[in-house]
Amino acid sequence: MSIKIALVGNPNSGKTTLFNALTGSNQYVGNWPGVTVEKKEGRIKWNKEVILTDLPGVYSLSPYTPEEIVARNYLVEEHPSAIINIVDGTNLERNLYLTTQLLDFGIPMVIAVNFMDIVAKRGVKLNLKKVSEELGCKVIEISALKNKGIKEVALEAIEVSAKKPSMKRDIFSPRVESVLGKIERLISHGYIEENELRWMSVKLFERDEEICAHIDLNEKTRDEIEAVIKGLENELDDDSIGIIISERYDYVTKIVEKRMPGKDKMSISDKIDRIVTNRWLAIPIFALIMFAVYFLAIGSVGALSTEFMNEKLFGEWIVPGATSLLEGWGVADWLVGLIADGVIGGVGAVLGFVPQMLILFLLLSLLEDCGYMSRIAFIMDRLFRRFGLSGKSFIPMLIASGCGVPGIMASRTIEQQNDRKITIMTTGFIPCSAKMPIVSFVAGSIFGGGWRGALVATSAYFIGIAAVICSGIILKKFKAFKGHPSPFVMELPEYHVPAAKNVFKSTWDRGWSFVKRAGTVILLASVLIWVGQNVTIEDTSEKQTVVLDADGEIATDDEGRPLVEKQKHVHVIENEDGTITVEEIDHKGIRFIQDECNCKSILQMLGEGISVVFKPLGFGESWETSVATILGLVAKEEVVGALGTMSSGGIETAGDEFLDGSYLKGFSFMIFNLLCAPCFAAIGAIKNEMNNRKWTIATISYMTGFAYAMSLIVYQIGKLFRWGSFSVWTVIAFVLLAVFLYLLFKPAKFSLINIVKKIFTKKEKSADKISA
Amino acid sequence: MTLKNARVGDTVKVLKVEGTGPIRRRIMDLGITKGVEIYIRKVAPLGDPFELTVRGYELSLRKEDAKMVLIEKLSSKKEEVTNNVN
Repeated sequence: MSIKIALVGNPNSGKTTLFNALTGSNQYVGNWPGVTVEKKEGRIKWNKEVILTDLPGVYSLSPYTPEEIVARNYLVEEHPSAIINIVDGTNLERNLYLTTQLLDFGIPMVIAVNFMDIVAKRGVKLNLKKVSEELGCKVIEISALKNKGIKEVALEAIEVSAKKPSMKRDIFSPRVESVLGKIERLISHGYIEENELRWMSVKLFERDEEICAHIDLNEKTRDEIEAVIKGLENELDDDSIGIIISERYDYVTKIVEKRMPGKDKMSISDKIDRIVTNRWLAIPIFALIMFAVYFLAIGSVGALSTEFMNEKLFGEWIVPGATSLLEGWGVADWLVGLIADGVIGGVGAVLGFVPQMLILFLLLSLLEDCGYMSRIAFIMDRLFRRFGLSGKSFIPMLIASGCGVPGIMASRTIEQQNDRKITIMTTGFIPCSAKMPIVSFVAGSIFGGGWRGALVATSAYFIGIAAVICSGIILKKFKAFKGHPSPFVMELPEYHVPAAKNVFKSTWDRGWSFVKRAGTVILLASVLIWVGQNVTIEDTSEKQTVVLDADGEIATDDEGRPLVEKQKHVHVIENEDGTITVEEIDHKGIRFIQDECNCKSILQMLGEGISVVFKPLGFGESWETSVATILGLVAKEEVVGALGTMSSGGIETAGDEFLDGSYLKGFSFMIFNLLCAPCFAAIGAIKNEMNNRKWTIATISYMTGFAYAMSLIVYQIGKLFRWGSFSVWTVIAFVLLAVFLYLLFKPAKFSLINIVKKIFTKKEKSADKISA
Repeated sequence: MTLKNARVGDTVKVLKVEGTGPIRRRIMDLGITKGVEIYIRKVAPLGDPFELTVRGYELSLRKEDAKMVLIEKLSSKKEEVTNNVN
């Protein structure tokens, strides 16, 4: 029989590290509170009978955050055989507060105290023996990172899982305990199992919404319970939740005997913080660090490695190599094309970004693991709150500048649902590294590089950031997002030297998810694009031919119209009895485009169909730009890749060929492609994080709509000023601009209904005055 | 007096956490309960949020949410204040 053990603890307590050490599975570990959101399971390396479940890191088991609900539901519904409660030794009081809640479940428990080496270094002495005696469960010192004491913890958990612990009923003051006992007796007549009574009674005392809604009690019992709660609340002058939390903390303070070193020395972490979050230095330091990160990842090392991957590795070695190899094997020409240009070329274009992204992810993981990311949220919160977001929204956006997928996933750490939603909806606006080729194409090929190009490239970032800010302000005003800004109560973890293990794992996980995507979605898409480019649909069902008369002139009928003959493609079937049947063939034929022909590829047909939509944005005149934009859905780097393939002279001439070398058209093209719906992989991430089809569709539509409006405004109004050309679209552009500005600047509480109300109340007041 | 009015360098004692709902619950869950001592370490460069020391760890709290916490001032470290301003 297998034993189920749950791993529970505060965020940042080293829970995931312990889980990895015990199960050997790969998991992401960071220094940002609340990284693990899903529950993860694994079997202990040396005992496959034991299933370990890594519950999300929580501070408490309140019914408010998804993490907390996941954790408590697991404990109530899955009845694990034992709990390993991992506790941060440097932060014993807050961690044991959660422990007191875990005790209510009556599940056998082992307490693993992590980071004891840091505690010792600080000269703090903890009396863990007393803690163990008071709580009635074994307390073991461990170091999850150094693999110390972890086997002991697991062995102990397995051992206690067979025992039945005695329910601890003396955490609260005698007065509160007696009320809880009364509630237990009141509900014990129901169907509630004995070991759930304690937990249920505490939750009923707290008037926990989740539990109250699900428990089946008659009106009388409910009233009786409410009466005892009310009585105690009046007596203690606090509400029931406040009473419970305060008394839990009082209990913990009582059992934790802490001996601090003689003088409260400033730790290294404090000294770092003094400088890093200093009133004057914080922002310059932050800017400097970010500059260094991007300089390394995108500017210097990253750019060189990407260039090497794209031009040398794939451009000169792999693709030509594969071509000659395949040709040597006598593979059909079209198949060589499909494999070498379609698959290897397509996937290679994406893989070229891997080194760049790995460097970025490595640097961001370093910042995350050492504890600086939380400080960024701390520094930026004020600013972001202005835009309706929280300081925590900044982390997803930073990561999204590398790749939107992990960026969107990082939004999980935001507690408040509305803020999380808005962050997910806007993170995609940040130019990710895959959008960089679009920017450099427009800046280089159309604006000709130099200072103009640099300006355009810089503006790309500002456009992205402005889109986030404006969207934050606008979206917050919509009813769906009304509500309090998220409670920005955040733990600022101690700085520590990043653990190589954690950093590399995190970098690897993020990088790998990108490579996996290249191997699946992009592989498939590359094949489809190649086929789309090289296949045409030929209408073979009906062809009209004119009839020529004897002189070789076009024959006409009586009314002088040219005589037209309908040609039909038929199957002529000779039957066995000698008769002949003629069967009409009525279908459209699909065939490969060979050499030069005047036929249109499927891709071109698609592009021509869609280009109407893009005409008002200035880049609908050539179907190639439309196709490129659509291909951007597969992967943003495909936009430029496709333009390069379709242009006669490669990417260098694409700007002149498809966008007339026009600054305005190029700029409009860039804006649309930067802001519109993200690639499929990011859409997938949005769907995962929203966990709701409607919200996913809303996000994609919002992004695309926003992109369309912005491009239209820029192109049409730009055209008016540049060439004085005026059309219906110019009017629409101005209307859109007005709507945008209105939404941006209207006061949050300003609405038509409010105005009407105000007028009425004024009238009433004046009427009152008159009557008085 | 509420925590919002506290100054950097103050050590305060919590009298009560007012209000209801998730924000209050979260504030209390993180250890800001009746009777606990809080040291106000610093204010973020843009003036908000606070960085507090509660129960031996660092916590950041917005001023807006700090309004919910009623306190009495125990002491204030002048030296700390000037250090932060400089």
